[in-house]
Amino acid sequence: MPSKRLGDRGFQMANAAVLGLLSIVTAFPLYYVFVVSFTDPIEYLQKPLVLFPERWSLASYSYLLSTPAFPKALGVSAFLATVGTACSLIVTSALAFTLSRRRMRGRRLIQLCILFTILFGPGIIPNYLLIKELSLINSIWSVILVSLTSGWYVILMRGFYDGIPEELDEAAAIDGCNDIASFFRIILPLSLPALAAFGLFFAVSFWNQYFNALLYLNDSDKWPIQVLLQNMLIDASSSSLGEVDPLMKPPPSETLKMAAVVIAIAPIVAVYPFLQKHFAKGAMVGSIKG
Amino acid sequence: MQGVRPAASKAASPGLWRSIVKDKYLYMLALPGLLYFLIFKYLPMWGILIAFQDYSPFLGMGKSEWVGLEHFQRFFSNPDFFMLFRNTMGISLMNLFLFFPLPIVLSLLLNEVRSELYKRTVQSIIYLPHFLSWVIIASLSFMLLSRADGVINQLLAAFGFERVDFLTNPDGFWLLLTIQSIWKEAGWGTIVFLAAMAGVNPQLYEAARMDGANRLRQMWHITLPAIRNVIVILLILRLGDIMEVGFEQVFLMYNGAVSEVGEVFDTYVYRVGVQQGEFSYSTAVGLFKSLVGLALVLLANSLAKRFGEEGVY
Repeated sequence: MPSKRLGDRGFQMANAAVLGLLSIVTAFPLYYVFVVSFTDPIEYLQKPLVLFPERWSLASYSYLLSTPAFPKALGVSAFLATVGTACSLIVTSALAFTLSRRRMRGRRLIQLCILFTILFGPGIIPNYLLIKELSLINSIWSVILVSLTSGWYVILMRGFYDGIPEELDEAAAIDGCNDIASFFRIILPLSLPALAAFGLFFAVSFWNQYFNALLYLNDSDKWPIQVLLQNMLIDASSSSLGEVDPLMKPPPSETLKMAAVVIAIAPIVAVYPFLQKHFAKGAMVGSIKG
Repeated sequence: MQGVRPAASKAASPGLWRSIVKDKYLYMLALPGLLYFLIFKYLPMWGILIAFQDYSPFLGMGKSEWVGLEHFQRFFSNPDFFMLFRNTMGISLMNLFLFFPLPIVLSLLLNEVRSELYKRTVQSIIYLPHFLSWVIIASLSFMLLSRADGVINQLLAAFGFERVDFLTNPDGFWLLLTIQSIWKEAGWGTIVFLAAMAGVNPQLYEAARMDGANRLRQMWHITLPAIRNVIVILLILRLGDIMEVGFEQVFLMYNGAVSEVGEVFDTYVYRVGVQQGEFSYSTAVGLFKSLVGLALVLLANSLAKRFGEEGVY
């Protein structure tokens, strides 16, 4: 027996070591970007690798926030994440709720039509032409409207509302509530846990909006943070930040880029602890797929 | 029973219109969502017709000339067709072979961790990249890997090694994409498997220990068979999604040096359609991709149903 216990011990330790190493590999890029963004520009230029800065500095951050373009892009993304999420939640939950009610005639047909949109899409060009026809090019609403909801979210949320008995609607009706009133006063408060989970998913996806913004927003004043980042970091176009106070000396472009990445990640990391409570459940529902 | 039947038939008899009027507020609640699907999902489907036209934005769909399958013929006889097919399949298959097994291995390892705190810490870290945008992931890749000032090349240079072209090397481009996908999604992928493992009856492990099975044997004979169904279903679904390689990821990592291996259907449609204005031709390409994708998903789903009792749709 003792040799077997020893083997077990060894297995445990090797396992923990492998997982620890994987965690470090996963976390390192984020840690590195975080540290360099706060490193004194001169120290950064002198060293090949900064793992812990001797002199901290906020130069990159204050420079970024003093540019015209960066705060504006943050504002656009914040708008998308708040207004977009609120609209998504209301539209998705209302439709999902009605589809869970048996007195809703035609709900099976509607669900089939919604499912079909998951399986088949007309492609980029017809979508682009539609937005153009609707005169929504260069309107921030185009980004909110095209990703307002999705077949998956509606079907997943319907699964949640299936668990709320229809007798509840009847009781509300007897008390003189019509369906709209009872949805907002009774059903929505009951579905807070689902709203929190889906709301966080929506918020992350709106904050991360890149492709739709790239397609529909040509005006750089309306760019969300992801499109600005792509221009600044990947295309490395120096003009994307706009005219800056000429007296302000720009920090090295590398620390500037890293500060930009840190700011773009910050909201995600800030909501992450709340997200974590819900996402395992959310992801599980997703894996069963309807 | 006799008393019930007339009532039941009476409930079924009112027309659709009557029940809509009766439950009008319920239908009003559904309206915004239904309008969304109608306008933003079904209306563009009419736009598919321009794949069979010589669409001109000035003439509009009504007046543009019909050309039948001309754009499809042009596409299939174009060497681009072979290139796009090869790249899409290549990237997908790399993902299938290198990425797909990792969440399974990772969840087997996580499942063996005894300390709940350690397990949760590791999970928190490896789930996080899933929530970062592809722009962030691409930016991080550039900062780590660029030839001139990427960290890894700085280190290689500092230790006297040659600098390596990670980002502009066509031979390594697919691998680069796969590694990015692994970094972003492998941890997240464990959720499904861990949940399946949580359902295993602990008595099975006890019995196996009594029979003298060590940890590895328990993994092999108990844990793996317990998640086999999930593995098979996810594998089949992945096969159905083989035409889907993440547009944003490929688009952001694309550069002139890797164009031969880095152009896939979606990026091609964007470049030829949106950037060069060849609406009809690129709609035809997009339609071809969507149809093959639809066929694959339906095929994969019927396969999944044959394997798992539940199926997917």
